[in-house]
Amino acid sequence: MTESTRHPMTGNEMSGTSEGGMERHQYDVVVVGAGGAGLRAAIAAHEAGARTAVVCKSLLGKAHTVMAEGGIAAAMGNRWPEDNWEVHFRDTMRGGKMLNNWRMAQLHAQEAPERVQELEDWGALFDRTEDGLISQRDFGGHKYARLAHVGDRTGLEMIRTLQQRTVQLGIDVFMECTITEVLKDDGRVSGAFGYWRESGRFITFEAPTVILATGGIGKSFKVTSNSWEYTGDGHALALRAGAALINMEFVQFHPTGMVWPPSVKGLLVTESVRGDGGILRNSEGKRFMFDYIPEFFRSETADTEEEADRWYEDKKNNRRPPELLPRDEVARAINSEIKAGRGSPHGGIFLDIASRRSPEFIRKRLPSMYHQFKELADVDITAEPMEIGPTCHYVMGGVEVDADTQESAVTGLYAVGECSGGMHGSNRLGGNSLGDLLVFGKRAGEAAAAYAAGLPARPAVDEDDVKAASASALAPFEVEGGENPYSIQQDLQQSMNDLVGIIRTAAELESSLVEIEAFKERAKGMVVEGHRQYNPGWHLSIDLRNMLIVSEAIAKAALAREESRGGHTRDDFPQTDNEVWGKKNLVVTLDAAGTGVELSEKPLPVMPDELKKYFD
Amino acid sequence: MGYTLKMRIWRGDQSGGDLGDYEVEVSEGEVVLDALHRVQATQAGDLAIRWNCKAGKCGSCSAEINGRPKLLCMTRLSDFDPAETITVTPMRTFPVIRDLVTDVSYNYEKAKELPYAELGPRDADGKRRMAQIDVERGQEFRKCIECFLCQNTCHVVRDHEDNKPAFAGPRFFLRYAELDMHPLDTHDRRALAQGAAGLGMCNITKCCTEVCPEGIKITDNAIIPMKERVVDRKYDPLVWLGNKIGIRNKDNDGRTEV
Repeated sequence: MTESTRHPMTGNEMSGTSEGGMERHQYDVVVVGAGGAGLRAAIAAHEAGARTAVVCKSLLGKAHTVMAEGGIAAAMGNRWPEDNWEVHFRDTMRGGKMLNNWRMAQLHAQEAPERVQELEDWGALFDRTEDGLISQRDFGGHKYARLAHVGDRTGLEMIRTLQQRTVQLGIDVFMECTITEVLKDDGRVSGAFGYWRESGRFITFEAPTVILATGGIGKSFKVTSNSWEYTGDGHALALRAGAALINMEFVQFHPTGMVWPPSVKGLLVTESVRGDGGILRNSEGKRFMFDYIPEFFRSETADTEEEADRWYEDKKNNRRPPELLPRDEVARAINSEIKAGRGSPHGGIFLDIASRRSPEFIRKRLPSMYHQFKELADVDITAEPMEIGPTCHYVMGGVEVDADTQESAVTGLYAVGECSGGMHGSNRLGGNSLGDLLVFGKRAGEAAAAYAAGLPARPAVDEDDVKAASASALAPFEVEGGENPYSIQQDLQQSMNDLVGIIRTAAELESSLVEIEAFKERAKGMVVEGHRQYNPGWHLSIDLRNMLIVSEAIAKAALAREESRGGHTRDDFPQTDNEVWGKKNLVVTLDAAGTGVELSEKPLPVMPDELKKYFD
Repeated sequence: MGYTLKMRIWRGDQSGGDLGDYEVEVSEGEVVLDALHRVQATQAGDLAIRWNCKAGKCGSCSAEINGRPKLLCMTRLSDFDPAETITVTPMRTFPVIRDLVTDVSYNYEKAKELPYAELGPRDADGKRRMAQIDVERGQEFRKCIECFLCQNTCHVVRDHEDNKPAFAGPRFFLRYAELDMHPLDTHDRRALAQGAAGLGMCNITKCCTEVCPEGIKITDNAIIPMKERVVDRKYDPLVWLGNKIGIRNKDNDGRTEV
């Protein structure tokens, strides 16, 4: 080891191969990701007595949860005493077009209220009802006003509360540190390998459990509400570790993203705008959602504007406005209107709350939206309608896990939140994500802590695996004359947007798979400039491998599922086929060569009779 | 609508650095972060920028634009004349890691020293009750996205490294005020705010309020009320006399001093 290989500021050994270049830690539970799910899991593991670490790509408190706007769905009954877990369970299953893992949907509906109250115990300040209880707002697909919220910045409140709790408990947080491999010993998790973004130095965690809480995959699409971190890391780590993914064909396009200016295209406009009275109009001024009420939801959806408008005040005697159908329905309707030439000047549709609610009400209930449009688009949403269009928002698919413990097929490997699969079936209802993070974060943390505590001997990290992981991470520095990762990423985003988007066909999906293979070839020759210290080009080159394998999983599953359901719409198979496709999941695993994915089918878990009665 | 923007971007690390000149194509409606991303993707693949949401919600992309502390994602190019050169430098109060990325660990260390919420038991039905008007005071402070622009701007620490150990900074005075105004909290942290957090070092120049991208009235609504509360406890002659003769101010009843 020579002195010259140390960085002058950090003192870090900059060579990944020499012994001094490796930092090592031992924990019982390593949580990858510091959004709502990761932090809730870490808190639970810590409270169960496990030595716990949180490892996250960004600074603490910046994870994508911060972007969640609307609220946390929990049947607390603060506004509507009629609400209870059974109603929430039914809404969730129907929203997911019955493809959800029933047990997860049940646990979620039962446990979400207590998880929300817990946040309040830890200092969260939710908006209140007139009686002083936690306020609950209306959202698409939910029968009753059910979302606990703080204006339209609920995610910020949630992450800050969990962050402050994490710091209070003294849990170790490794910020700006990216995990690139899950390590195994004889089929069980033995640890994780990664690098510090700041120094480029490698780090190995020796731990019998890893909880993946890495969020979604949206950055593989051009128009998305997701941040740079959403590169499908957890999905890819799980695949490479030998776990399976389910429901990958189901990608949620949120109906309302900003469409102008171009630099913010895709940025989320909360569903709360519609929950609080906003409506959708086309260029002819028509409130078009009444033309798109599907048979499945006809009996519970208003068919006149008068009934829809009365519903906000009187839910007993009126049915829900069609603007509050589940997101997949609304996104498809908007897409059809734009395609039919009835779009807004910038290629969207009008979302109007200005003509329906007072400026004071709008600024009070939707402060972030007011600010966002004012600052970024020069639009005053209290005076004029917004222009909006669908944006890639959420992946229903994720790691296949046990409903009660969130453990994957690999012993010691858990997945929670957006990177897990099953809970939301083919379409997630708004508000069910934040509840999902809390309910299953806690369960995973407890399960991982219990497994780690019960182990007679720790699985060992294999040094050859660590060497291989280092070599793989450094490969882009070795290439000469190769391609810049940014251009491959841009082409992938465009391709996924064009060919695997909101409306799909066999021909387009086939060509997307051809294009993905070509991107994989180009990625082999990726080259990065500069050195390892805080080098975004290098970081992207590593993330891009994950984006590619996850994109392949989505496209393959989408091609195989020859029906339309939830977040998967096939122009060539427009019907929902309950006989064939309503009874099984598509399962994605790594292929034998380890360079691509393969598909298999698996029957859905069967709902017990006492729950079936809610769907008669 | 597009034009060629001239930028000067600080490149370097702790050992030193310099402003580099760049020219980049930009278009209508873009923000400074868009321009920087285009430089990164086409001219300088290793240009270090910290960012996440690009929507003004996460507070990651703080930097100084023409010397003014700003979020890169919320500063529109249309605020500048197309002929103007935009200069982007890292936040000055924190040590540089590389290029526009600074080591903000000062703030995370300060966060570890903070007190936390300590609520009494829930009501008999397992719920808690607070009035909307009461939670709104704290909610204003909880809008904070932790961009640390206030910390960066505060002159107590901006050019006075030596003050850092004794001074928590505006972001964390918000936290003190929020807890002190929490309707159900049971702790009295006034002594802590004055002692450990160094509230007294703030001389209310309002620079923090001016740069807050969330528009939180940090000085008026958090710091000054906290200072008043501290002063009430410590220096008010009537309170002092009352304490002496056994008459207590009841403002903080139900709260335990920590």
